[in-house]
Amino acid sequence: MTEALGAGVPDAPRGGWRTATVSGVRRPIQRSVELRLDVHDRIDHLPGQHYVVRLTAEDGYTAQRSYSVASAPGDPLVELFVERLDDGEVSTYLADVVEPGDELEVRGPIGGWFVWDGETPALLVAGGFGVVPFIAMLRHAKALGREHLLRVAVSSRTLAELPYAEELVAAGALIVLTREAHGIRPAGRLTAGELVPLWEPGQTAYVCGGTSFAESASRILVDLGFPEPKVRVERFGPSGPAV
Amino acid sequence: MPGATRGFLGRRARDPRLPPGQYDVGADWPVLTAEPTPRIAPETWSITVDGKVENPTTWTWDEAHALPPSEYRGDIHCVTTWSKFDTRFAGVSVDTLLGAARPTADAHFVMATSKTGYTTNLPLEHVTGGKAWVVWEFDGKPLPLEHGGPVRLLVPHLYFWKSAKWISKLTLLARDQPGFWEQNGYHDLGDPWRQQRYQGD
Repeated sequence: MTEALGAGVPDAPRGGWRTATVSGVRRPIQRSVELRLDVHDRIDHLPGQHYVVRLTAEDGYTAQRSYSVASAPGDPLVELFVERLDDGEVSTYLADVVEPGDELEVRGPIGGWFVWDGETPALLVAGGFGVVPFIAMLRHAKALGREHLLRVAVSSRTLAELPYAEELVAAGALIVLTREAHGIRPAGRLTAGELVPLWEPGQTAYVCGGTSFAESASRILVDLGFPEPKVRVERFGPSGPAV
Repeated sequence: MPGATRGFLGRRARDPRLPPGQYDVGADWPVLTAEPTPRIAPETWSITVDGKVENPTTWTWDEAHALPPSEYRGDIHCVTTWSKFDTRFAGVSVDTLLGAARPTADAHFVMATSKTGYTTNLPLEHVTGGKAWVVWEFDGKPLPLEHGGPVRLLVPHLYFWKSAKWISKLTLLARDQPGFWEQNGYHDLGDPWRQQRYQGD
């Protein structure tokens, strides 16, 4: 490969530490929490960017994790959708303890690579909680009246475990379920053949999901002939969502 | 620093080997890359040291393996907040490569480039004096592809994005230039003990 992996968006906005007030807490699906945050002096993000949440204990001990933003830049609040990992010291706190009115220390937006500029065609391929940054992209596209630029495929074990399932269905996303049938599609993993109709000239592909999903989905795209520099990958392992 | 987060207790029994804001990932080794994993056959891999050097040099897989072996045993730290203790990597010291290429007096920085085009920048003094390796073994076995195999850079005292996977080139520079993540908001040095995660830290 000769083409260098370039910078994503050189002028991607970035912000420092802020105080966020928790405005809304919902648990639309199990083992997760949706947080709506009012971030004081917020810097608008690009869809695909993430925030860091930092928790501080009484003795000064801190723990911080990154979470993709689900809200569009035009949303007055920042929405995070956090998977609750049983041994996750930050995600269990966010899912089990946080209430509206709480203050959280956050930093963002961060990341200039896994972002969508709102202008170019994109193929979005997500596994499970990897849909979160794509929700921001879909909402942004809708606000701009450019839904036609985005084609979406998402994979989940079951529909009940898929974050933002209704919104994805409404957006016309290809829904792939590995453990149950969906409509006339039998249970099974995402195949190359299912991605072919989603291809359009000039697309950048964005793949987001757990390590094994991200690996297999990006390999499918490259094997289909997608140029490697046009495939942007964001993975999270057992350690939780990551940059 | 603001005050404590309401109701957050945090993990007890902190291991002193953990830099601030990190946690012990245990036996796991998460994979984090921004690009598809390239499939690189060892016989097509090579490493080049060029830029501000007197003797630009390229080593093939066999030539690199003929260099004096060197090993790292210790901990690694990822900016996404996991740390992994007691790792064991084997390959060759970057000192050995630089000894052959001989940096010129005005070389102060290194740009590491991967086969994929990924780049990361490092001050020269952070890859010399036994602080950096080019490695092809993890725990006595070939380095897995998804962890940068066949060969990656290893700079374990800095956040792990500095340890470029699929390393193919070290370019000595007079002036610092941001690499891939550094252009995307991450710190130019990345010292985990000083929590240099993002630009401005």
